[in-house]
Amino acid sequence: MRHFISIADLDRDEAIAVLATAEHMAETQSRSIRKLPTLVGTTVVNLFFEDSTRTRISFEAAAKRLSADVINFSAKGSSISKGETLKDTALTLQAMGADAVVVRSGSSGAAHLLAHAGWIDQPIVNAGDGAHEHPTQAMLDAFTMRRHLRPGDPTAGLDGLHVVIVGDVLHSRVARSNVLLLTLLGARVTLVAPPALVPVGASAWPCEIRYDLDEALATGPDAVMMLRVQSERMVGGGFFPTAGEYSRRYGLTTARAASLPDHAIVMHPGPMNRGFEIAGDVADSPRSVIVEQVASGVFVRMAVLYHLLATDSREGPR
Amino acid sequence: MLGAEEIRRALTRIAHEILESGHGADDLVLLGIPHRGVPLAERLAAQIARAEGDDRPLDQLAGSLDITMYRDDLRHNPTRAPSPTRIPREGIDGRTVVLVDDVLYSGRTIRAALDALGAIGRPAAVRLAVLVDRGHRQLPIRADHVGKNLPTSRSERVHVQLTETDGVDAVDIVRPGAEPGPGTEPAEGTA
Amino acid sequence: MTADQNASPGGTGPSPLLIRGGRPYGEDVQDVLLEAGRITAIGTDLEVPADAEVVEADGCIVLPGLVDLHTHLREPGGEEAETIESGTRAAARGGFTAVHAMANTLPVADTAGVVEQVARRGETDGWCSVRPVGAVTVGLAGERLAELDAMANSRAKVRVFSDDGKCVHDPVLMRRALEYVKSFDGVIAQHAQDPRLTEGAQMHEGVVSAELGLAGWPAVAEESIIARDVLLAQHVGSRLHVCHLSTAGSVDIVRWAKERGIDVTAEVTPHHLLLTDETVREFDAVFKVNPPLRTAEDVQAVRDGLADGTIDIVATDHAPHPRDAKDREWDQAAMGMTGLETALSLVQLTMVDEGRLTWRDVARVLSEKPAEIGRDEDQGQVLEPGAPAHVLVWDPRSVRAADPAEHASRSRNSPFAGIELPGMNRLTVLEGRPTVRDGLVVEQ
Repeated sequence: MRHFISIADLDRDEAIAVLATAEHMAETQSRSIRKLPTLVGTTVVNLFFEDSTRTRISFEAAAKRLSADVINFSAKGSSISKGETLKDTALTLQAMGADAVVVRSGSSGAAHLLAHAGWIDQPIVNAGDGAHEHPTQAMLDAFTMRRHLRPGDPTAGLDGLHVVIVGDVLHSRVARSNVLLLTLLGARVTLVAPPALVPVGASAWPCEIRYDLDEALATGPDAVMMLRVQSERMVGGGFFPTAGEYSRRYGLTTARAASLPDHAIVMHPGPMNRGFEIAGDVADSPRSVIVEQVASGVFVRMAVLYHLLATDSREGPR
Repeated sequence: MLGAEEIRRALTRIAHEILESGHGADDLVLLGIPHRGVPLAERLAAQIARAEGDDRPLDQLAGSLDITMYRDDLRHNPTRAPSPTRIPREGIDGRTVVLVDDVLYSGRTIRAALDALGAIGRPAAVRLAVLVDRGHRQLPIRADHVGKNLPTSRSERVHVQLTETDGVDAVDIVRPGAEPGPGTEPAEGTA
Repeated sequence: MTADQNASPGGTGPSPLLIRGGRPYGEDVQDVLLEAGRITAIGTDLEVPADAEVVEADGCIVLPGLVDLHTHLREPGGEEAETIESGTRAAARGGFTAVHAMANTLPVADTAGVVEQVARRGETDGWCSVRPVGAVTVGLAGERLAELDAMANSRAKVRVFSDDGKCVHDPVLMRRALEYVKSFDGVIAQHAQDPRLTEGAQMHEGVVSAELGLAGWPAVAEESIIARDVLLAQHVGSRLHVCHLSTAGSVDIVRWAKERGIDVTAEVTPHHLLLTDETVREFDAVFKVNPPLRTAEDVQAVRDGLADGTIDIVATDHAPHPRDAKDREWDQAAMGMTGLETALSLVQLTMVDEGRLTWRDVARVLSEKPAEIGRDEDQGQVLEPGAPAHVLVWDPRSVRAADPAEHASRSRNSPFAGIELPGMNRLTVLEGRPTVRDGLVVEQ
């Protein structure tokens, strides 16, 4: 594993290995001293072209608990906002001696470009690129599902599970990464969205697509993942008539949550629009694992940094 | 170099040494270092429990201590998959921890183990038991209990197999170029 | 052979040139004699005039000089990417003897003054003939018509009008433009792209865009405009040219329109004859172009359309960009790719070597027909005595990997870098003077 750009680059064994390492990281985080010396002396740069406090903090915590130094380089107030290009920024980071770059960008493919354009030699971690992928989010979702639905076996996948992902699939990098990862791990995925929020061409994805949430929930899924409705990305507008109509058709209401099987969990990548895509009561209910997802994020990102940095960069693992 | 019977005798001796040097089994915790230190710690714990007439479950006496995250050679090797750490429920604070490993070589593994231990708690004392000491220390570390001293050259490898992990109990020295058998783990890497 | 040897004593005109042993239109071997800027003889075993230079063309194809109806020379305003001089050098290397320079310059070519300036620069700096294209609307803004008649009646004699890069999307404005150019036999070359359906569009909308999370440029945004425009052209009885048609549906619509007798012509670019949206997976913006690279089915359809005559011509849409405009995140990078220097190789690769076009067809789609659509009377003439001496000698046997570093264009954004391409420009002659020999521009 040279970079962590896209779930599409992983095979099942690699994905399981990262999840197993994340379990190990979780175990270390219950100790009296949570800081591990693993990456002491390395520098991880958080390069955030898009505001995302929670993802940046999660990566920062992960790097620091492995004793790496962290430099935050955010668009606001930096040379990036003064028109410096990704290329110039990459050359700068290379010159400053970063050991890994965690990049978040509104542009699909930004992480891939950074990894492959030849501007910088270091491992690149994709912290979300446009509507393309958010691979560490998918890993933390899989990690959380595994703990609840397939506990105990560090080599387990998600075989036989049924996951329903609901909402703005069109603009969602979380949905894309999750479809790839959950199916890679053996789960069955159903996407539910209003037709205008399903990408043309998604019929080629390895999942089922439905337009009716109640029908999807009636199949008794093991996990329901609600996506944030990204109103800020609704270029052109008119994807659905009103928030009210969306909420009635696609919101996870208390009644809908009550129809789920007892063991089913409810997830959300955050930040939530309470009362819009998910009812506040559901988000706070016992079956909600939304807060736990945040904790899982740190473990998974520790694992990813470990796999990329605690290795001989001259050769791949295994 | 060592067969099953010699290994058994070595462990029996170490078990008695541990009991004689300490204050009995009550304060003891044996922590094996993955991978082959873990079954060795369990064997020692079983012998100690038998000798003391201690009927606690074995996992109260023995556990495992993964040191992967504390290694100083991570960036010189392919990614290592960490193993579980299992600490007896009562913890290690104020107790005597015996670290158990198969081969003592450079001492770097033990250095890492001491760091890992420090993150978990504050033992009253830490001792080290190894099946084989092959010399060539790079750090000021020595074992309190040694099954067998095996003089080796740096180019040789000590090849330990245990029933639990490899189906057989045996210790061999592998000369450079010779093909080691299955189950081989190079002791302590090459650092 | 140097340029000096090709100048006649006294320096008044080009010295005679005998192209010996080549195959005009890829057919029978015939010698071609060029004298005083004209073809003076075609036949076997022509006698060599005493002062003539002889170019041995065994195994080569002899074609009329190529004509590109769709070139971005970037001058004025975009000289960092290309100039009229560098762009026409690139054209000459590609075997072209004439290019039509698109209007989206800075200032926009929407007045007689700008088009005359471009034409004049073409005369002084050009390595091929430069015919300016006039903008349809003022500033390409799509709001009101530019002074089309003034441009048509200027020294530049503009006949092709286009807002290329932008679509004349207002149906009333498009109707008026089509009507207006009838009086001077002009043509509207439409960049067919519904702006609302392509807001923020980054690539072809389909399986690959869904996966990559890039905003889609749906085929229907092109097809709906073409459908509307052919009906408008029929309604007002005017002439429509469809720029860089790229989808299977567009081919069907143009085929239908031609069956109905509508006066429509269409072009396809070399890149749409080969590349698909699969190239986008690496996020290398050298593959970012408008209209976007489509699917393999679309590539097949445009090849079929070119082979059966539905698509009239190949035009490069040569769109040079400086490196900084391409070394960016995909959604921030400029659209467009260079094409002049690889166009004929691409047509040979995708059409001739596949048995879909003969070399005579190539002369039609890359020289005769584009000259006719552009009302470029001096260009695209049949190779026969009396015709102007615009000639290309092409060696179809050569194969080599394309290397943008060798290109004469000031920009390097060729998507074909590293791809093995057939054919080589042995000789290009403009008005009897060689502009390119063995792939290299002849300095003058």
